Amino acid sequence: MKIKNQSSLSSKYWLMVLVAVCVLLLGIERFTDGGGIFRLIGNYTVVPMQKGISYVGRYLSDISDNFDTLEDVRNEKDALQTKVDELTIENTRLRQEQYELDRLRELYKLDENYSDYEKIGAHVIANNGSNWFSDFTIDKGSNDGIKVNCNVLAGSGLVGIVTEVAPDYSRVRSIIDDASNVSGMVLSTSDTCMVRGDLKLIPDGRIRFEKMKNNDNVIEVGEQIVTSHVSDRFVQGIFIGYISEIEVDSNNLTRSGYITPAVDFSKLQEVLVITTTKADMTGGSEKE
Amino acid sequence: MKRKITIFFILLITFLLQSTVFPRIFPVLVVPNLMTVVTSSFGFMRGKKEGMFVGFAAGIFVDVFWGTSLGFNMMLFAVIGYINGYFHRLFFDEDIKLPLVLIGISELVYGLVTCFCIYVLRGDFEIYNHLFHIILPELVYTILATLVLYQIILYINKKLEAEEQRSASKFV
Repeated sequence: MKIKNQSSLSSKYWLMVLVAVCVLLLGIERFTDGGGIFRLIGNYTVVPMQKGISYVGRYLSDISDNFDTLEDVRNEKDALQTKVDELTIENTRLRQEQYELDRLRELYKLDENYSDYEKIGAHVIANNGSNWFSDFTIDKGSNDGIKVNCNVLAGSGLVGIVTEVAPDYSRVRSIIDDASNVSGMVLSTSDTCMVRGDLKLIPDGRIRFEKMKNNDNVIEVGEQIVTSHVSDRFVQGIFIGYISEIEVDSNNLTRSGYITPAVDFSKLQEVLVITTTKADMTGGSEKE
Repeated sequence: MKRKITIFFILLITFLLQSTVFPRIFPVLVVPNLMTVVTSSFGFMRGKKEGMFVGFAAGIFVDVFWGTSLGFNMMLFAVIGYINGYFHRLFFDEDIKLPLVLIGISELVYGLVTCFCIYVLRGDFEIYNHLFHIILPELVYTILATLVLYQIILYINKKLEAEEQRSASKFV
């Protein structure tokens, strides 16, 4: 006890030192990437454990899936079969149009094709533990070719964007996060709008869109919103969701409303990351 | 040294629980804030200094993996741990009321400060809404989690203290 009292600085001074360190860190964050070293440490300590836990979780949920009744599985199979039939018919039709489109594109010398971006799959290994943000950690990082600003999809819809990359993990901010802004457009009329995440809409599973021009184009509930051609971080044409409500703002110039996203954010397990960013594409096309 | 390693593992396990295990088991619920429970309980169990350092370490976890800027949560948790240290004199092992009240208040302060610094400063003034949709639900879940987690931390701390006393008396 004696030694402890001698060596210890008063706790008041320690508090001051710690607060000063934090203020300094907050200050230098503007100029450098302060968390880099911690992220590297975390990459080799915490993240492997998270990977392990989420692996066990996946394994257990797989096991519990095995106990689905035969009837459920059969119903699901029937539903899927109908879907496959529908999609096959649609696909044939679309393929015919694709040939036509290719031909016309060739005529126009427009060979940019937005439909097939290179993607890699990743597992969601951790969520944000604070309730203020909706971002999550995935188990692939810069070693797998992921960069900051890569777009992330799940199923067919947009999930978010990579905000931080470490060697073996990266953090993805989902589009329902309060700080997220995505430039979107209506698929049928190409009217652009801003899709903004909102903290209070997260429990409803909706996102807000605003600043859509109030022009003559009739836009109805149920139309599809995709990422727009003017966005500098999101590649064009990724499906965001369906319009569930739309109304003209009081200024009579713009329209706003709500979108039901294509992705269920409460149970994300696997995501796809598009490894080429919009900057890569536009930079590449400028060089050519 | 043993104490430091133990505390590090307590933080690590609560961090993993909060970020990886809880969202998987209860996908739609608000997650309880276990980091405040750990910080606050070491504050009033062991005094200002230890509470402060535990808070600082918890803040590093939060800032690196969940936060947006390094330093904010470190400072907030360090101060929460320090202030909880003032109640070290009033603390008795058997009494669960003081820990519950202190952890509850710490959690409320954490929620309000985060709400103010991250949302209000950005021009989002829906404090009422944030209070009822995030801060208070989080508070309720945290207090529920406290009932279990606090007992474990208390038990670990007792063991550690007993061992430290034994080794101290050995040297004399």
